[in-house]
Amino acid sequence: MSLITSTSPHASVKNNTGAFMRQVIYATLPGLAVLTWQFGWGTVINVLWAVVVALVCEGLFLKARGRNVTFYLKDYSAVLTAVLLGLALPPTAPWWLTLVGVGFAIIVAKQLYGGLGMNPFNPAMIGYVLLLISFPVAMTQWIAPGEAPSFTQSLQLFAGQLPVDGLSGATPLDTFRTWAGNESELASHGILHGDIAGQGWEWVNLAFLLGGLYLISRKIITWHIPAGFLAGLSLPAFIAWQIDPVRFADPLFHLLSGGAMLGAFFIATDPVSAATSRMGRLVYALLIGVLIWVIRSFGGYPDAVAFSVLLLNLCAPFIDYYTQPRTYGHNKPNRGAGGAK
Amino acid sequence: MQHAQPVQPASREPHHRGLEMTQMEGAKTSKPKSIFARLAFGVRRPAMINDFHGGIHPPEMKHLSNGTEIAAGPLPTQLVLPLNMHIGAPAKPLVEPGDRVLKGQMIAEPAGAVSAAIHAPTSGTVSAIGPRPIQHPSGMDAICIVIDTDGKDEWVAHSGISDYTEHSPGELVDIIRHAGIAGMGGAGFPTSIKVNLGDHQRVEELVINAVECEPYITADDRLMRERAAEIITGIHILQYLLNPRRTLLGIEDNKPEAIKALKQACKGCDIEIRVVPTKYPSGGEKQLIQLVTGKEVKSGQLPAQVGVVCQNVGTAYAIKRAVMHGEPLIQRITTLTGESVANPGNYEVLIGTPVSDLLHHGGVDAQNLGRLVMGGPMMGFTLHNPGVPLVKTTNCIIAATAEELPEPPPEQPCIRCGSCAEVCPANLLPQQLYWHAKNDDLEKAQHHNLMDCIECGACAYVCPSHIPLVQYYRYAKGAVRQQAADQLKADKARLRFEARQARIEAEKAEKEARRQARLEANRKKKEAAAAPSVDTAALKQASLEASKAYKAAVKAAKAADADGAANASELKAEADRLKEIADKAKAAVREAGSAAPAAAPAEDIVGKLKKQVGDASSAYKTAVKAAKEAEANGDDNAAELRSKADELKANADNLKAELRDAKANAPAAAPAAPQVDPVAELKKQVGDASSAYKAAVKAAKEAEANGDDNAAELRSQADALKATADQLKAELRDAKANAPATPPPAPAAAPVDPMAELKKKVGEVSSAYKAAVKAAKEAEESDADNATELRAEADRLKAEADHWKAELREAKASAPATPKAPPVPTDSPAVPEATAPQALAAVDPAAAAKRQKRLKGLKTAYNMAHKQYKEAHAAFERAERKEEVTADELNAMQLKVDKLKHKADIARDALDALIEEAKADIRAHTGKDLKTLKLEAARAESALADKKIELEKLGSSSTEDTLEALQSELKALEAEAQIARKALKQAVEEQGLVEE
Repeated sequence: MSLITSTSPHASVKNNTGAFMRQVIYATLPGLAVLTWQFGWGTVINVLWAVVVALVCEGLFLKARGRNVTFYLKDYSAVLTAVLLGLALPPTAPWWLTLVGVGFAIIVAKQLYGGLGMNPFNPAMIGYVLLLISFPVAMTQWIAPGEAPSFTQSLQLFAGQLPVDGLSGATPLDTFRTWAGNESELASHGILHGDIAGQGWEWVNLAFLLGGLYLISRKIITWHIPAGFLAGLSLPAFIAWQIDPVRFADPLFHLLSGGAMLGAFFIATDPVSAATSRMGRLVYALLIGVLIWVIRSFGGYPDAVAFSVLLLNLCAPFIDYYTQPRTYGHNKPNRGAGGAK
Repeated sequence: MQHAQPVQPASREPHHRGLEMTQMEGAKTSKPKSIFARLAFGVRRPAMINDFHGGIHPPEMKHLSNGTEIAAGPLPTQLVLPLNMHIGAPAKPLVEPGDRVLKGQMIAEPAGAVSAAIHAPTSGTVSAIGPRPIQHPSGMDAICIVIDTDGKDEWVAHSGISDYTEHSPGELVDIIRHAGIAGMGGAGFPTSIKVNLGDHQRVEELVINAVECEPYITADDRLMRERAAEIITGIHILQYLLNPRRTLLGIEDNKPEAIKALKQACKGCDIEIRVVPTKYPSGGEKQLIQLVTGKEVKSGQLPAQVGVVCQNVGTAYAIKRAVMHGEPLIQRITTLTGESVANPGNYEVLIGTPVSDLLHHGGVDAQNLGRLVMGGPMMGFTLHNPGVPLVKTTNCIIAATAEELPEPPPEQPCIRCGSCAEVCPANLLPQQLYWHAKNDDLEKAQHHNLMDCIECGACAYVCPSHIPLVQYYRYAKGAVRQQAADQLKADKARLRFEARQARIEAEKAEKEARRQARLEANRKKKEAAAAPSVDTAALKQASLEASKAYKAAVKAAKAADADGAANASELKAEADRLKEIADKAKAAVREAGSAAPAAAPAEDIVGKLKKQVGDASSAYKTAVKAAKEAEANGDDNAAELRSKADELKANADNLKAELRDAKANAPAAAPAAPQVDPVAELKKQVGDASSAYKAAVKAAKEAEANGDDNAAELRSQADALKATADQLKAELRDAKANAPATPPPAPAAAPVDPMAELKKKVGEVSSAYKAAVKAAKEAEESDADNATELRAEADRLKAEADHWKAELREAKASAPATPKAPPVPTDSPAVPEATAPQALAAVDPAAAAKRQKRLKGLKTAYNMAHKQYKEAHAAFERAERKEEVTADELNAMQLKVDKLKHKADIARDALDALIEEAKADIRAHTGKDLKTLKLEAARAESALADKKIELEKLGSSSTEDTLEALQSELKALEAEAQIARKALKQAVEEQGLVEE
């Protein structure tokens, strides 16, 4: 009889990190479905291709680093990164765009930093920003809503054998960015007026919101980051909109456009690169939201989730220093970095 | 009376929930807390004001064991009772192996304030007291009392108190202390201390912990269901002891039967039953206090500091049994559970029962047993040896199958998901703590309040990456404690070092000051002593110079006179002036001399006279010589010169007479100045006179040979000189005869004994003899004609040597044989010369014996003092190494060590002083110190050895004579060595000294 000897506790949840990741991946499915409905099969093809690239890159680098490849691949973190980046890429993206983006995200932004848990920046957003800066044209060509290409067309686009121009159109964010302050032009662009917000995107964002709520209900994420994110985005938007509705978009438009919900529930909530405490996460997400609104309203890019998240990733350790919770038995929380006093 | 508290919303609907839980076999019982759930059901109950942060809801698994009544445990053949089942000092055994003990008999008593007694759980025989494996997570051994049971279960005489209110709280605390009761919830803190807080500490709330929040455990649950009345009585005793303002009993809502039983038992009493929601770790002391009182115990403080005392229900029950029935803590209710147990349930087991006996009793399927846990699954520890005993704090044994509590999955990277922070009851950030602990960044870990972790295991339970977080915190805490201990140690060492440096500096300074003072005193003394003598010396010097100048002048004048130079008179006047000066100087010296001891006026007078005599004599001689020369040359001034010489002679004679007078007076006038030897002076005079006479004779002879007419005159002159010389010689003889009597004898200073002189003589003669023998041999060999002569000389020397040797032997033989005459050292001048040698080794025997005794006493005293000091020092060092000793205690010890050292030093000094005294005595009595005696002995020994070697070498080649001479020499040396040895031994023994 050989008894198990280990330290307490002797029981633990049946959960594991892989299960956490899988839950997040499942939660993206509504969003993926709506994207496909609105913009064709391009996104699905992107996601699948991205997963393949991610697994290969991750596997190769785990092997190079002398790690147990299957054990670490089972944590699904690479898959999740690939899925999130695949969802963020335009459905018109050719294969090489995804390859470069995902490869960079997995190899440089994650494995070179030491793998899962060690990356200071959100890998998917690193890949996205790399592509956005390097290939701005390819990255801003979205399918016009309601004009989804066929599966064959999508495959041709993926293979880079079909010119994008014929299928692409401006997104509501692009349109608003172009005509902000011009009331008549704004009124003439129907794309800005869907059933709730911008055409097509309102449904996409609602689908991601649904997936996000599922994550909160499964306690995969807490409400702090999404709430902070959405509040940070909508509050300045509401104030500005109250002041000048022609110059500034209304908060609902902001919330249901572009990558708002994907960012709030799936991107900013990446725990590795986020702040740690509840208060820290609230502050972190709030600042992301504000930054997105600032860039959308005044910056050079129509959407700004990736930039905002990365900028706040930089700030996360600093935020952590000043948002420690008050420990039981202490009068006030500790502040500062500690240690090097 | 209704105790459902309006502020305790949990009690509104706990029953269904609790029942549901217990009936949900192994199902996940974590409450859905999702937004959907809250939206769907509304906010089910208002958030508890006093709820603590975090907490988890692991599967309770209580259904396994809470369905059956408490059953009797096994009566094992052997009980193993560790001396340390509680927090604090191990108990002190009161029994020996072989002793028969009765049930309830105290077998180990509490040692110190924080300790608990141990009692025999049943009757039997103590078979051993020694190390046995115990319930320690590391599997270490500890000292245990082993009892072989006899199955009779025979009680020792015991009786309880029917009405505890008739006894003072102090008496009851004593009963609790001697009943060996220690916190039954798991920590095992001696209860007597917790219930004896003293008058200054007001207890606001007495909190009874009936939460039992860990999964699996149902011991308290069953106890409350079945023995609620006894528990309530125990709580009443606690109330009597602590006099709290309120008594709150906290119980989780998953024990409806227990709640019901308690409420029934305490109808009308002042115990408030607070039902708290089921959540782990509500049973943590701090968590429960927060739940039922809303108070937070400050970090690093005890509940008593916020006016709260927390006691376990099991402890209350044990107190009741001890006070009312006189039963010490010898058994407890332990849950035996787990899926490999056939009959899980609660058993009333004897303390010390080996776990294996209980497992056997409960029908454990050994094949299916995967993990054996003592305590709960969250905070218990695994046992690797089922032979370890159950102790006072063992509330549960889980015999789980490998599927039930499987091996933890492999650790995955932390993704900082924050699940741990969500559940931490101390509101820590476990993921950050883990990060810092893993990086050994203890400072940052402490900044994140590492030390406030209660190791409840909630974080590790929820961790999706299966990181053994608690283990990381335990490690980091250990490292922090080690660091703190090291720091403390280093600080102490530094303080000690600094104190020591300061002490050494102070000692040095003191020593230096003492040395300076001594130097100063010495210098002053010397100055005081030297001042007059320096003056005298200077005066003497001046006087001497003046005399010299005068003499030179006189000489010059004479020479001038002789040459008939014109300036002769002038020179004479000058000489006179100088004489005056010299006289003045002499007078000054005389004055100084009389002012100083009884100095040397006589010496000076005599000396002056002598010098004058000398001068006169030489002047006369010169004159005679000149006269002779003149006569020889037939100079016409010869007669003149002669008359001059005559004049000078008269002068010299005059002076000589004066000198004689002065000398006759001198011994009487200056007895204190014996340094100037009149004999020597006389000798010199005699010499002078003789030479003058001889010169005169020579001159006379020359004159006669030349047929000078003044030859007869010269001859008569020479005769006169001869007469003078003869007279002086006679005087010298007289002086010599008187000399020993006249100069004040200084025997103390001159004990260079006759023995030594004899020895010297023997040595001299021996070497002379040897040289003669050698010369004779050489002469014989070369056939020199003086060979026979040399041989005769050698023989003569040998005879002489033999004679001296014999004398030496005699002297030696008489010297040690002389009884220790009692001469007092200071009176030595009174001792006649002849007895001085015998006085060498003589010491006052009574004084010596006394000193010997004192020496012995002092030695013992010193040895004891030194030993005490050494011991104290060692104790101090030991104490320093231990942490629990306070700085004050250390200081006290240091003081004691210093005091003892001082004492030892004083004894040592006294001893040294006495030894010095003894040595000085030896010196005074023998004229030698111990060292000299030793040296002499050693020298004698080596001389003896050398001689032996020489004898051996010469043995074959030498003549009879040589051999004989050598033999006798050897004998003499042997005797000498023996004497030296004896003298040394005697001196040492007499003074009670021990040879180092």
